[in-house]
Amino acid sequence: MNIDDKLIEYLADLSRLELDTEEKAARKKDLADILDYMEKLNEIDTAGLPEMTHPFGAVNRFREDVVTNGDRTEELLANAPDRKGPYFRVPRTVEE
Amino acid sequence: MDLRTLTALELGALIKKKKVSSPEATRVFLDAARRDFDKSADDETKINAYTDLFEAEAMAQAEAVQERIDAGEYLSPLSGVPVALKDLICTKEGTTTAASKILGGFRAPYDAGAAERLKGAGAVILGKVNMDEFAMGGSTETSHYGITRNPWDTSRVPGGSSGGSAAAVAAGFAPYALGSDTGGSIRQPCSFCNLTGIKPTYGSVSRYGLMAYGSSLDQIGPLAKDARDCAVSLSIISGRDGRDSTSVMEEPFRFCDIIHGEFGDGRMGGLKIGVPANYFSMPGMKDDVRGAVLGAASVLRGLGADVEEFDLPMIDYAVPTYLIIACAEASSNLSRYDGVKYGYRSPGAKTIHDSFYRSRSEGFGTEVKRRIILGSFVLSSGYFDAYYKKALRVRGLIKSVFDEALEKYDIILAPVCPTVAYGIGGQIDDPLAMYLGDIYTTSVNLTGLPGAAAPCGFGEGGMPVGMQLIGKAYSEGLLLDTIARFQLATDYHKQAPKEHKAERKRAGRPETQEGGRPETQGGGRLETQGGGRPETQGAGRLCENAAVFASEAKQSIKTSCKPGLLGLPRRCAPRNDGLSTQSGGSFCAPGEDGGAR
Repeated sequence: MNIDDKLIEYLADLSRLELDTEEKAARKKDLADILDYMEKLNEIDTAGLPEMTHPFGAVNRFREDVVTNGDRTEELLANAPDRKGPYFRVPRTVEE
Repeated sequence: MDLRTLTALELGALIKKKKVSSPEATRVFLDAARRDFDKSADDETKINAYTDLFEAEAMAQAEAVQERIDAGEYLSPLSGVPVALKDLICTKEGTTTAASKILGGFRAPYDAGAAERLKGAGAVILGKVNMDEFAMGGSTETSHYGITRNPWDTSRVPGGSSGGSAAAVAAGFAPYALGSDTGGSIRQPCSFCNLTGIKPTYGSVSRYGLMAYGSSLDQIGPLAKDARDCAVSLSIISGRDGRDSTSVMEEPFRFCDIIHGEFGDGRMGGLKIGVPANYFSMPGMKDDVRGAVLGAASVLRGLGADVEEFDLPMIDYAVPTYLIIACAEASSNLSRYDGVKYGYRSPGAKTIHDSFYRSRSEGFGTEVKRRIILGSFVLSSGYFDAYYKKALRVRGLIKSVFDEALEKYDIILAPVCPTVAYGIGGQIDDPLAMYLGDIYTTSVNLTGLPGAAAPCGFGEGGMPVGMQLIGKAYSEGLLLDTIARFQLATDYHKQAPKEHKAERKRAGRPETQEGGRPETQGGGRLETQGGGRPETQGAGRLCENAAVFASEAKQSIKTSCKPGLLGLPRRCAPRNDGLSTQSGGSFCAPGEDGGAR
């Protein structure tokens, strides 16, 4: 499959990744090679078959919806790259 | 005695008998790991197994466990025994980084379910071990913290993605380790480093606190020196955890017979093992691997198993199906790394949007970006049906061929990897070649079935070869029991890398623990027992001479149908006999002495 600049830029955008020219070329080639290899699956007729999203079709085991943990604000904020009081601080979110 | 050469159970028995204390044992492993850790990155003897050593924390844990042992409190057969954890299993101690720059310095505020259970069983956590970044790779070359080298030959890779776990155990820097397996990441490094390991049935071990790669494929499991260590560690970490809604196995495994070394006469009469002949003629399959795995088939036959060959279709489709599903799940799972709540944030960003792009672009390595982009592609509108949905349908087909095979056989015996460990840099620039190394392992993750790897010989350059045993869901007991019996009759698993070989021989065996571990060198137990089949007499020879044995076995096979490609009997028509009566592992009553918690 041919991967053009437009497609790789779109995919990088979906992935929230910035690719420089060199990376873009490399990812285009990888993706094309890998997708060619994946064409193999087209040998199989899968029309009408169920989609298996989980190994055993087992259903999630939910627990009771009760609070088991306390206030962990400090613990969780300890890893924040930047904080202000009990909040995560981030660069400007709205353009001036 | 060099404690580094012992199995985890042997060390646990010495600690229980107060022959050695947990702090003493912990110190030995920490010191060995520290000597390697301190070597310069360009020192070609540096294994580089650890990403973080928890020296103070480990010693404190060891002291605390020792107090309980001194007070007569026996938490598990691994009480006081140290362990290393793959760097994507969260612990409150030290860092957990998934070997990625984007999580540099991350300190988890909680313990993963598996780590919590290990601590509850008295394990001492030595530190975090290296891996491919976010478990994406098969060689531990994509780690942000440098490559890990194979202790068997430091010019070669240890396998991956749990390469640090495997290298740490093989080099004697930890008695055993936990890894995770999404497409072969426990089994393949075990094969490359001569270890025994298991990817348990999906849902049997909690994924709480395991940094996610492919959520419908990931499982945590042990990498160890033998099947008994796998049995005891899996008994400890398995079972329901309310914090992981896919953790569905209510009761933990309890493999007491295996842990205590109770194997009756060591034989496996009636066990049906199927060997997929077509797996051995795949392009890229090397003769040394083929020979060693078929040699193991003959040994198993000699031990009384009913071994025959058959064809297991769909093998060509396993890797593309796996790649689509794993990358789709990864692109979604890794969207959480945005530089806001934890981990790396690019310093130059002016807006939050810019920060997302820059932090991720600077924080992720090439292989991770490659897989995220592939995942975004297969999930994007326009390609979703043709790739992602298609792969889910093929996944169902792969499941059905395995289910069908496992109605006929208790165990499928296959290679782990087409080759032995290759040279560093050998495949890193060829993603497709790297992905194809997973050809025999990915099906097990797609189907959720358990798959174990164990040493079965040596190939090119004297490098270890592993065999893979695949069973029905929750048949881990049967897989480990079979490997344990194999390991009574062979000594491949007792071979250590050159540097440690002399030490290991000198160390000898510790006193037997309760349950009476026999002197197993060269399958002594088989030899002492009369009335065995001719093949099993002098079983000590098997390990030295598997190839000769295999050819003898081949000639002795009597079958009414045409011999198969591998020289094993081949099934011509469906048989009616019922499944083996051999039970899949036994469970200790809770609280029973020797039970794993």
